[in-house]
Amino acid sequence: MAKPDSGKFWGYRRPDGRVGVRNHVLILPTITCATQAARQITELVQGTVSFIHQHGCAQVGVDYEQTFRTYAGMGANPNVYGVVVLGLGCETHQARSVAGEIAKTGKPVEVVSIQDHGGTLLAIAQGAKIAARMVQDASILQRELCDFSELIVGTECGGSDACSGLSANPAVGVVSDLIVDHGGTSILAETTELIGAEHLLAERAVDEKVAKRVYEVIKAMEDRAFLMGVDIRTGNPSPGNIKGGLSSLEEKSLGAANKAGSRPLQELIDYAQTPSKKGLVWMDTPGHDIEQLTGMVAGGAQVVLFTTGRGTPTGSPIAPVIKIATNSAIFAKMEDNIDVNAGTIIDGTESIQAVGRRLFEEVAQVASGKLTKAEILKQHDFGIWRIGPTF
Amino acid sequence: MGEAYKTVMMKPHDKVAVALEPIPAGAEVSVVCEDRSFHITLSDPIEFGHKFAVVAIRQGEDILKYGEVIGVATREIGPGEHVHIHNLEGKRGRGDRLGEAR
Repeated sequence: MAKPDSGKFWGYRRPDGRVGVRNHVLILPTITCATQAARQITELVQGTVSFIHQHGCAQVGVDYEQTFRTYAGMGANPNVYGVVVLGLGCETHQARSVAGEIAKTGKPVEVVSIQDHGGTLLAIAQGAKIAARMVQDASILQRELCDFSELIVGTECGGSDACSGLSANPAVGVVSDLIVDHGGTSILAETTELIGAEHLLAERAVDEKVAKRVYEVIKAMEDRAFLMGVDIRTGNPSPGNIKGGLSSLEEKSLGAANKAGSRPLQELIDYAQTPSKKGLVWMDTPGHDIEQLTGMVAGGAQVVLFTTGRGTPTGSPIAPVIKIATNSAIFAKMEDNIDVNAGTIIDGTESIQAVGRRLFEEVAQVASGKLTKAEILKQHDFGIWRIGPTF
Repeated sequence: MGEAYKTVMMKPHDKVAVALEPIPAGAEVSVVCEDRSFHITLSDPIEFGHKFAVVAIRQGEDILKYGEVIGVATREIGPGEHVHIHNLEGKRGRGDRLGEAR
């Protein structure tokens, strides 16, 4: 396959017009009781992926809706060719409702229920049969040349150190601007880690409404700490962040905000919601790596850029995660996990612009099929941001 | 000494600079940011990625990095001193402070 021109990539066109950079068949367990069976189907059938989680029952209100949106979003993500929704049968999050939402994209979706199909073994057999057929259908699909305007790229930093704000995050900011300039979408997340930097983003909001929302979501996050009567510093910055030289949440936030580049902030969306605008978009998520990653992927991100100073294996079952080291020492130490070294900025051998450019080309390569380290190591992380108790 | 240590200071009015390599106590460092330059003798060893004060900071004063507030000094900090969680306290998300006189 020829190397695409800059700002283009080879992707899979889906029935709803969106474009995938991967062609997975997803076995989607809508309840924790079905996760083991889902995992066993992935072991039987090549080309399938799944994820383990602990949710799907006894949830109510906004918490139910957020979890539902996350399940449906994972299935609807254009990196997924087709979905087998696997339920137990009696759970709150009915497999049929989740499947109905995913079916709106026009992709193949089928439901298997462990209780209806006579137990675990028969449900696994039924799910595997459907999955095998979907994988074969998916395998004849050809990639076509697509434009970066069809990309949603999630940005994230995890295991931050004092270099995050100096090297990798500003370099991701350059990529974010390039993606926006090519008509694509860049998602900024981690509301917790923007506390103390919100005024800089509010200034860049396209209108008053978006600026007001910036302060609202920051206040809501800060109020959660007040409500619990805790010092937010007991969780953030983390012990590793502190060892790396970060002293306060504000310091971490000011470094994290660099990922957003310099373009106007178009909208602020809820967790796991799909952006309605192109350009720079902020998704309200916690700072927790896996939960924010899941939110962005459920919101339609096909590729994720993830900067790290301490090193982390985090990946997604359906979206390639490009790991970027903030310093050369961690890149050398964890090259098995990290794809790109931005530590050259700290070493003084490469500019922020040059690393940004290199990362932009890496996005095109990965979107065209190049595997990331997290994919090769089958790092299939998934975690839902819970906003209410289980009943 | 004569050795030039690698450091970075983000904005000219920042109170701190970051060490880009481990620097021993007693080292003399030069920090330049736009039109400002500082020659400081470090009173503490500074690890890679950690911060030191480039100016004297009073107790209760805001500490600036990236030209923005990253917290408040919990005690007097002299130029060349390590600035970290032992003498800098974040101001945001402090649920533990609720109920205290403000």
